[in-house]
Amino acid sequence: MEKNKIETGLSSDVKKEPRRVVFVTKKTSAKVVGERGPQLMTYPHLLIREAIAFQVLVIAMVLVALFWDAPLEQLANPLITPNPAKAPWYFLGLQELLHFFPPFVAGILIPTLVVIALIVIPYFNVNIEGEPLWARRPAQNLRTILIIVLALLALLAVFHAWTIFVPTALVAGLLVLSYAARLGEKGLLQSLGTKPLSWWVMTWFIAVSICLTAVGTFFRGPGWSWVWPWGTHAG
Amino acid sequence: MATTFHSALQSLRETKVWKSIFRRGPANTNRTRSLAVFGNLFLHWMPVKVREKSLRVRASYYLGSISFILFIVLFVTGILLMFYYHPAAPHAYRDMKDLQFVVSNGVFLRNLHRLAAHLMVFVVFWHMFHVFYRGGYKPPHEFNWIVGVMLLLLTLFLSYTGYLLPWDQLAFWAVTVGTNIISAMPVVGNKVRFLLLGGNIVGENALLRFYVLHVVILPLIAFFFIGIHFWRVQKDGGLTVKPKDDDGKE
Repeated sequence: MEKNKIETGLSSDVKKEPRRVVFVTKKTSAKVVGERGPQLMTYPHLLIREAIAFQVLVIAMVLVALFWDAPLEQLANPLITPNPAKAPWYFLGLQELLHFFPPFVAGILIPTLVVIALIVIPYFNVNIEGEPLWARRPAQNLRTILIIVLALLALLAVFHAWTIFVPTALVAGLLVLSYAARLGEKGLLQSLGTKPLSWWVMTWFIAVSICLTAVGTFFRGPGWSWVWPWGTHAG
Repeated sequence: MATTFHSALQSLRETKVWKSIFRRGPANTNRTRSLAVFGNLFLHWMPVKVREKSLRVRASYYLGSISFILFIVLFVTGILLMFYYHPAAPHAYRDMKDLQFVVSNGVFLRNLHRLAAHLMVFVVFWHMFHVFYRGGYKPPHEFNWIVGVMLLLLTLFLSYTGYLLPWDQLAFWAVTVGTNIISAMPVVGNKVRFLLLGGNIVGENALLRFYVLHVVILPLIAFFFIGIHFWRVQKDGGLTVKPKDDDGKE
């Protein structure tokens, strides 16, 4: 009986388990930066967690699906255009972009560039070292970034793209504050000061995406005009 | 009671039939537990052992697993929905009404499918951002990151093609708005749009094409990429564990 009990301990018999030996240089450190540490058997330790995740998720979804009905509007009719006609929520960020930029830029160029940028991330040695932005030549880095950010903000202002302008300005503001707080005592701003450039770019991208999607979903009414979600409007 | 059940289970696992199915007896040693993983078609792509740190909730929030679970839920509910659906205009819309008023639990089935679809888009995005912040794209995981980007796009296409199928005003105009953007593509824009819609407007042909994409082509491609994605997680040495995780705290 005792033999059949599921072991909760670690399988880390040094004699039985070969250890990976790696020659670590500064360039290759990211590959081995995660030291292997103790290991557990997949069966049952990983599988039981997957099973629990499955059950919790399905139960939660069933409960929600019992009470939250999928919408069904009138039969599709090409002659009656709803105003505004909206895409699914995950494309409303793009639809919001279409409001500011010509269709080719907002609908083709920007999405294509985003996908390409995502694909090339691992091949451009993005943040392999994870070096903080302010680690070396902080003043020079700050100046370069400020010039780029201000140029971008000016461009956005020309297009009246305030939905992008605001999150961009907010992230840039945090960046400047983290520069000021980089040497200060431990806190939120000081920890932001330890983030690498790639962190800032991705955070900016996510902030803009969320802002565009939220505005497109909740704040746009007839003719893509600004509405308040709690206000009453026909449409 | 518990011990009776336990011993009954044990003796079941010692039977010839059990062993013939699972190719092993009870998994009570590390050797038989390894066999349980690599002797099973559905688990063989998994590592036999995983790092304790990569099992912690904060290492992944199980977002990859949740994405796959949602895919399975969508697969099952989707097949059930196919029993009640005709990809023809306006019959498709009447099928939605039938789900609502005629089919037992039809609305529930549709709710579950729709909920899982929206959740999947959300969770797959979250998964990608989380992997980025963990540095999970770094060597040797570069290729798997690309497979992940492909899976994100497939998720979006799957969700979008499914959006048209109810054939109501919401579906029709969402797809009209979206596919109009394709026309902005230089030179080939209108041709690509015509190819996708099977015409110049969102009509019966578009419904059929979106249906075939949604239930056959895209799920097959997604299955293929999911297979590569999972398999590469193991081949590339498991989840990325940050040195920060060494502090012993969650």
